[in-house]
Amino acid sequence: MIRLEKRPDPSRGWSLATPVVAVLATMLAGGLLFAALGKDPIVAIRTIFWEPLFGEFSFYYRPQLVVKGAPLVLIAIGLSLGFKAGIWNIGAEGQYIIGALTGAGVGLAFYPTESVFIFPLMVLAGALGGWAWAMIPAILKTRFGTNEILVSLMLVYVAEQLLASMSLGLLKNPEGFGFPGSRNLQQYDSAHNAELIAGSGLHWGAAAALIAVIFAYVLVNKHMTGFHIRLTGDAPRAARFAGVSPARLVLFCLGISGALAGLAGLFEVSGPAGVVSIDFNVGYGFTAIIVAFLGRLHPVGILLAGALMALTYIGGDIAQSNLGLPSAAIQVFQGMLLFFLLAFDVLTNFRIRLGASEVA
Amino acid sequence: MDLSAINPVQLIAFLMVAATPVLLAAIGELIVEKSGVLNLGVEGMMITGAIAGFAVTVETGSPAVGFVAAAGAGALLSCLFVVLTQFALANQVASGLALTLFGLGLSALLGQSYVGVKPPTTPKVEIAGLSDLPVVGPILFNHDLMVYFGIALVAATWAVLKFTRTGLILRAVGENHDAAHALGYKVVRIRILAILFGGACAGLGGAYISLIRVPQWTEGMTAGVGWIALALVVFASWKPWRALLGAYLFGGVTVVQLNLQAAGVAIPVEYLAMSPYLITIVVLVILSADKSSAPAALGRVFHASR
Repeated sequence: MIRLEKRPDPSRGWSLATPVVAVLATMLAGGLLFAALGKDPIVAIRTIFWEPLFGEFSFYYRPQLVVKGAPLVLIAIGLSLGFKAGIWNIGAEGQYIIGALTGAGVGLAFYPTESVFIFPLMVLAGALGGWAWAMIPAILKTRFGTNEILVSLMLVYVAEQLLASMSLGLLKNPEGFGFPGSRNLQQYDSAHNAELIAGSGLHWGAAAALIAVIFAYVLVNKHMTGFHIRLTGDAPRAARFAGVSPARLVLFCLGISGALAGLAGLFEVSGPAGVVSIDFNVGYGFTAIIVAFLGRLHPVGILLAGALMALTYIGGDIAQSNLGLPSAAIQVFQGMLLFFLLAFDVLTNFRIRLGASEVA
Repeated sequence: MDLSAINPVQLIAFLMVAATPVLLAAIGELIVEKSGVLNLGVEGMMITGAIAGFAVTVETGSPAVGFVAAAGAGALLSCLFVVLTQFALANQVASGLALTLFGLGLSALLGQSYVGVKPPTTPKVEIAGLSDLPVVGPILFNHDLMVYFGIALVAATWAVLKFTRTGLILRAVGENHDAAHALGYKVVRIRILAILFGGACAGLGGAYISLIRVPQWTEGMTAGVGWIALALVVFASWKPWRALLGAYLFGGVTVVQLNLQAAGVAIPVEYLAMSPYLITIVVLVILSADKSSAPAALGRVFHASR
């Protein structure tokens, strides 16, 4: 009989090892899945994890890693703060869409004026848009005690409809011959989130993601607010006695994560995507949840996890075109990763004891 | 705009159809939450049930077999949740999210070859004489079996929770798992059964969408119904009959919204389409003031130290 015995303190070793073990287990289970789909598992895994980094066309794929990883890291950093405190914002996808809409809206309002102030203004508008969208569940939670999980998620569907309405109406390109979608911000210099170094994939979003990682690290480890966040997550009652205001923490965590998701949306729409279109969002807001957990809610961990997840996106695309691996298989693969992570996490907090269980 | 084209009798009849998926899933989740477990994976189990039911129905030609398969698939997926939360003692919120993300991917993978396929139609139960009655006939006596099954499930759940020993034990586990454990009840075993039941119900609800409500298969077709089911449990204050009321309310909003779209009201389609989600939020806000009826051990991890 297998028994679990609670560790007095979480194991540091396992805490670092579980993500690695989870990735290996996912590769194994993913390999079986790919084999079941009739693909050579070793070739498939190699294509996903090796090809983008060191393959023949890696000069093209490596910058893509930054492009895909930046929004994931940016969103996940915000989510991790709330997750630490037991505040569950799972509507980052919606905040991402709204940030893109408000940011792009400001940029398009100035079209065709050229000015260095337009892009900073768009960044501000994107962050504010995401923040405002996250404030809806935050205020409902603090004022009425409404469940933030459900409200933030419902707002994703509302945001998707809003996106459809905007790309067919208000933000539609007047010179677009009636096709849905806005003007291409890539062709509007003042609003274009161009690569900072040509060919590197490094745009302002990636810079913002790095700043967010440093900011989050300092906040969580060196600042009182970060301590309050951790305290609330570990011992809510103790936090209350220590004078931590739960309402302010909810507003802070949801606000930050909304603003960061909004920023990610803005950097995406003004850079790699270029246009506001109906299918603009691709689920970064949801994948970022996996990234946050895979990174153990730690800023540096999230940076690594974001890179790994970006790798599965790009590797998945390559596997799709080279091996005919369906794109949904990659989605399953990413889902498995979260499963294994949560399952192996038991080892961080518990010791496994073998032996007969006593009669209670 | 032509509002006179909207027939109130048909509206009510269609409302019951629109409400059935969310009702089935909500009743399943209600039992799960009554046992003290919060499973946020309803959306994932629904969509898995939707594709499993669809695929099996297309292959066998029998919707009945399809529905059974959907219930099985939902329960099977919920086994993953069981492993994570009951054995690995993982966080229930995170595990539920994992279930949803995984279910959405898995269903898309399984459903690839079924896009655009038309499933065999599910027969309606016609009761000679009654189905032809004006007004009452189309509303009450001209539905498929699952609509009645949903209502029967509500009644059964209510009766079991209120009058039977099983219901009492289930509630005890959900209110205070340590006390229930001390009394000798198998907390983990009871919760596992509740989670499997919830999975089966969500699977049925999903299959109802893909086989009867739409009926065809498209990726991500549940479009948040699983989440609305979760909201519905809160709305219902964990009471089965109120879940029925809530489901009909949601069904009503959906049907009216679709009818207004068809009638060409001046409101843009996108704003009508977001209305069910907005109304869910409003209802949640109104009802969230009272949390007294929530099971006390909801979402808490149980670990028997001895």
